[in-house]
Amino acid sequence: MRKTVLLPLAALALVPALAACTENASESGGETGDARALTVTSSADACEVSALSAPAGTLSFDVSNTGSDVTEFYLLAEDGLRIIGEVENIGPNLTKTLTVNAPEGSYVTACKPGMVGEGIRADFTVDASDEEAEVSASDQELIDQAEANYRAYIQDQSAQLLAKTEEFVALYEAGDSDDQARALYSDARMHWERIETVAESFGDLDPKMDAREADVDFAAGEKWTGWHLIEKDLWPAEAQKYEPLTPAERKKYAADLLANTVTLNERIQATGEEALEYPIDAIANGSIGLLEEVANGKITGEEEAWSHTDLWDFQANVDGARVAYEGVQALLEQKDPELAADLTAKFDELDALLDQYRDGDGFVLYTDLSQDDVRALANGVDALAEPLSQLTSTLTA
Amino acid sequence: MKDRARLSRRGLLGSGAAVAGVAGAFALGRVSDGSTPAPDAGPVTTYPYFGEHQAGIITPAQDRLHFVALDLTTEDRGEVVDLLERWTESAARMTQGAPAGPVGPVEGAAAAPPDDTGEAIGLPASRLTITFGFGPGLFTDAEGRDRFGLADRRPEALTPLPTFSADVLDPRRTGGDLCIQACADDPQVAVHAIRNLVRMGFGTTAVRWSQLGFGRTSTTSVTQATPRNLFGFKDGTANLKAEETSDLDAHLWVGAGDDPPADWLAGGSYLVSRRINMTIEVWDRQPLESQELFVGRTKGAGAPLSGGEEFTEPDFAMAGSAGPVIPTDAHIRVVHPSMFDGARMLRRGYNFVDGSNDLGGLDAGLFFLAYVRDPRTHFIPQQRAMATNDALMEYLRFTGQAVFAVPPGVAEGGYIGQGLFSPART
Repeated sequence: MRKTVLLPLAALALVPALAACTENASESGGETGDARALTVTSSADACEVSALSAPAGTLSFDVSNTGSDVTEFYLLAEDGLRIIGEVENIGPNLTKTLTVNAPEGSYVTACKPGMVGEGIRADFTVDASDEEAEVSASDQELIDQAEANYRAYIQDQSAQLLAKTEEFVALYEAGDSDDQARALYSDARMHWERIETVAESFGDLDPKMDAREADVDFAAGEKWTGWHLIEKDLWPAEAQKYEPLTPAERKKYAADLLANTVTLNERIQATGEEALEYPIDAIANGSIGLLEEVANGKITGEEEAWSHTDLWDFQANVDGARVAYEGVQALLEQKDPELAADLTAKFDELDALLDQYRDGDGFVLYTDLSQDDVRALANGVDALAEPLSQLTSTLTA
Repeated sequence: MKDRARLSRRGLLGSGAAVAGVAGAFALGRVSDGSTPAPDAGPVTTYPYFGEHQAGIITPAQDRLHFVALDLTTEDRGEVVDLLERWTESAARMTQGAPAGPVGPVEGAAAAPPDDTGEAIGLPASRLTITFGFGPGLFTDAEGRDRFGLADRRPEALTPLPTFSADVLDPRRTGGDLCIQACADDPQVAVHAIRNLVRMGFGTTAVRWSQLGFGRTSTTSVTQATPRNLFGFKDGTANLKAEETSDLDAHLWVGAGDDPPADWLAGGSYLVSRRINMTIEVWDRQPLESQELFVGRTKGAGAPLSGGEEFTEPDFAMAGSAGPVIPTDAHIRVVHPSMFDGARMLRRGYNFVDGSNDLGGLDAGLFFLAYVRDPRTHFIPQQRAMATNDALMEYLRFTGQAVFAVPPGVAEGGYIGQGLFSPART
């Protein structure tokens, strides 16, 4: 139920991999003499850029909208087609900043008040300088490689999720194999948790598949389905006045979970126009988002309220975050080697900490953790999540 | 020494009459106090206790809060009335800067505990207001039994709030038969008021839960600047304000005839409280742009993302490059009055930090207080929409709630809730 982190390719017109925008970023303004800090005034019929040229390097354009329509600002390549960087959705009287790495060359600036048409264009020149931008061909290779690898990982986990869910619902439906179903539950769910930020981006499926009882507004007529409903039925010991589900109900909820898993997998495996796109910032945000999932749900023991298998989910979230991070690690090492070294170390530390709670093939139950154990795990999550939250902005700066 | 202590407690307004006859001294000529609050600026240190409406609702929001919910431990209606009379008298005194009891913190017999606990000696009234409310449990208990012969006058809308999705309500922070809201610019003054009123109730009431708040998160008057919540965003920009008198009648005050069996509540309101924990540490790691998209406003100026300045009306139809500029799950859209037939609330919430939780994170958030004419139209639908659609929900946990009927103001010589317990014969 989080913000969507990825879009089908068809909906994703253009992703400026190396552009980022922030509102009112307080970089040194044009007045102070920084030739790379420019201002843009976008009105209904004009697009005034504070200079016609700038030295190569990291340029910032503070775009103020003085018109009455939403506006956008683009830095385009010389051909006027390829987007080097863009900042969108600037409401009237608001300012946003485009930060973009631009090597020497000829460019075109464009304001697009009302977001329609070609926009109000002008030529813009980037002059040679010592601080030449480092958008090299090898960067693009790293980006392409990261995207391909991450897609493959997500697709593989989704396929495994489907296979184990099929097995799980068969055991659950059978009614006489609950011990085996319980054993498979946390194992199957690890595949979900590894790709949770992707799975959750499908707002129609996530509430049906992964809602906790407390998430459901029964008074408003919402129905509870999915993993956690079955979890409660398999681990009813702590439930108050619990009525076990009938064989017919088991069949119904099992079929529903499987059908939704099939739909999820179809979307993840889709090709062509329907294929999911994993731009570099989505991969980075996926890594950050999975750590957030740990901090929000797993560390508190709320995710698996009946089975108490939260540490399996915890490990799986960290696995997924780590894979996403490692996919962009080479790129990060070029941009900010210190952050890369810190993140690598913090992932190792968190994994080592989790290893202390391994038990056989799995983990100890959340209810077996002491308050000090939980605190130590929370500290480990915070220690990683804080620097990790810089990942996207560092990669796209 | 005795006299000095007593006088200093009254601060600028010190006069013999204020202590001995506070009711008369401040009620006369100020009956409309509740609807025409003095501006925030200037040397105002007291608000009248008596008036058409209770103070502490449209009064310009003070900086600090101490709120307590109590359970009635008696089954004797006479004891309840007696307590309400004593509370009224004490509240009238304390809001004018005088001690809680008629004697004072150091003026009484050496062998007896003082009738005022003393921590407010030397402090001005600090704009203290004390506001009382009645919970569902004053009328009927959990089994529906009429506790004090008041069940037939129970307001129809006064029922425990439903549980909303994603609520993690702590029973020890939920509900209550009575409530007292003390607001002041000095936290010690607010705490002093609650402490002394709770003390007076022992044997008749017992504390169910209480909440301290620092930092108001709403403005209730156009004279006040919009404060910020712990997400760092301006909060309460679109709040119902004291100067919007026709909207106050439409959305805040219970009207005569709204609920005939509960006509004693006319001129009063309903108070909804929700203790909203924020997952501060996770929020702090969100990119600025995402934070603004969740809220629907810029963080700096508080302007809606559709442009303009803080008080520019948001334009929810304004299209952006992918969907509207103000996203469909942005907080300001989901809870905007235009989505609820124009229903508005008067919010009077406070930031709170109750130390740290077991994980080392801040136990912090927003203690949401809203006064409305009817929670069934002015709160429940809004909360339900928020629980279902609001992007901020990812960072919120609702850990307590309660609802109270807030009786109208008290006339000099009367007591709070008198219209409920002793309805005028007609």
